Amino acid sequence: MNKQVIISNLRYLSKICPLEKIQIFDDNLIIIVKPNVLVDILTFFKYHISYQFKLLSCISGVDYPMNKYRFKIVYELLSVRYNFRIRIKTFTHELLGVESCDKLFLAGGWYECEIWDMFGVFFKNHSNLKRILTDYGFEGYPLRKDFPLSGFIEMRYHEIEKRVLNESIELCQEYRTFAFLSPWETQNNT
Amino acid sequence: MTLKKKYLRKKIKNFTINFGPQHPAAHGVLRLVLELKGEIVERADPHIGLLHRGTEKLIEYKNYLQALPYFDRLDYVSMMSQEHTFCLAIEKLFNSKIPIRAQYIRVLFAEITRVLNHLLAVGCHAMDVGAMTPFLWSFEEREKLMEFYERVSGARMHAAYFRPGGVQADIPLGLLNDIFLFVEQFTIRLLEVEDMLTENRIWKQRLVDIGVVSAKSAQEWGFSGVMLRGSGIDWDLRKSQPYEIYNDLKFDVPVGTNGDCYDRYLIRIFEMKESLKIIEQCLNGLPLGIVKSSDKKLTPPSRKDLKQSMESLIHHFKLYTQGFVVPFNETYMGSEAPKGEFGVYLISNNTNRPYRCKIKAPGFAHLQALDYMSKGHLIADVVTIIGTQDIVFGEVDR
Repeated sequence: MNKQVIISNLRYLSKICPLEKIQIFDDNLIIIVKPNVLVDILTFFKYHISYQFKLLSCISGVDYPMNKYRFKIVYELLSVRYNFRIRIKTFTHELLGVESCDKLFLAGGWYECEIWDMFGVFFKNHSNLKRILTDYGFEGYPLRKDFPLSGFIEMRYHEIEKRVLNESIELCQEYRTFAFLSPWETQNNT
Repeated sequence: MTLKKKYLRKKIKNFTINFGPQHPAAHGVLRLVLELKGEIVERADPHIGLLHRGTEKLIEYKNYLQALPYFDRLDYVSMMSQEHTFCLAIEKLFNSKIPIRAQYIRVLFAEITRVLNHLLAVGCHAMDVGAMTPFLWSFEEREKLMEFYERVSGARMHAAYFRPGGVQADIPLGLLNDIFLFVEQFTIRLLEVEDMLTENRIWKQRLVDIGVVSAKSAQEWGFSGVMLRGSGIDWDLRKSQPYEIYNDLKFDVPVGTNGDCYDRYLIRIFEMKESLKIIEQCLNGLPLGIVKSSDKKLTPPSRKDLKQSMESLIHHFKLYTQGFVVPFNETYMGSEAPKGEFGVYLISNNTNRPYRCKIKAPGFAHLQALDYMSKGHLIADVVTIIGTQDIVFGEVDR
């Protein structure tokens, strides 16, 4: 019921709002917007009486290195009032920041820090953008697809010097990723 | 020499202390930088990430089945709930249903997990505040519950029991009987814990009106689970977006009124009782049948087939080396883990490994609000608030 209402509202929405694309499959409703209108769209969805997506569940980043705008930032919103979820996506690349939404959703603050930490996407006007999950003094953006799984630095405790040392990593053997997939076997519903 | 007054005047600065990373009340490795004015907390700055293991990155390099055990190790006191979310997400990508018996078993163990988690939450919370006994009692009960884990999967904690397409194996003989016996005696244990705490003067002095969160700010901070319900928002994913058989089960969702630590404690106790009800309904209603989906893309062949047919052997081998291939799709699956909404945002790209698996941990959002919740409280109340948020670092740091 609520789903019907929201979807029928969306039809009008696409006329007045600058949405790039609306995707619906199963119970997922995905809206793709340009980064410069992101905060406006989020504000709209948060306060509009027939949406009320007041709860920001999570923000995640995805890296597609082949694309021109390689990062997708995905906002997962939840409307407790209408019992409905919506996913708002925007796209960016390394040099282009995204407007921060931590004034709008207080919950967004740390999620944006996490994306900054993991992908190196800068959030403009963020109140305290810092590396949150990685170690103090860490360099690089670990969740980018071009960052190796083993990383670059290894830490160990030096028994004689009595302190923790940071050294560049040495592997006796190349890290092996097994390519199990044979090209003729993948499911053919692309 | 005479001292002039203007030289004596000192500049007064707030006192900054480090709380943790190794502190028993920090529930793991939390480094809190507290800015104190006397004993009043002016600002609390949690430094997290000391237990960061790069789970999301690791999952991208494993196939779906190999990624499953990482979910046990996120929030290491509510193991199966997290496997549950991951399995549900994969099943959603595949659009496959699992047999009713498997659903019952999953719900049964999800609720056992909830009791397991809340026992630790209440027990450790009580110990942080100063009551030792409930902690010891609840750990005794936890041990019994983990024995059920062990009997069903072979592991006390990191079970990897829920698998995409069902559960790993059927429950062993006599287990249901023992769970029933446990439920009977645990109801009394729970009453004893309540006797110790609910009306306890010290407990109430420490908890009532501490860490009050209004309904509005609970939503603002993205709370979920007990933290959201404590503030008076009736929201439980088991009711509002039911998965598995939660639709058919009868249980109540407790909702708080004041949004303080005491309400959240009461909700945890109440939820344990509701979980016991659900467990009992599962025990009564457990149907006979298979525990793995018949979707052979997802589930391995039976042991019997494996010994008799070559095709099954190949199938088994392929499934456990290559894993299954998930077509291009993406989904967000949120489920009601004991701590709140545990979500998995899974993107598949027609290979045997997830392209991206974002884990939404409830504790992450809760800990973020620690500064807001503890502002203006005494330093001892910070410990109470960490306890009531039920922080476990496995999931916050991932």
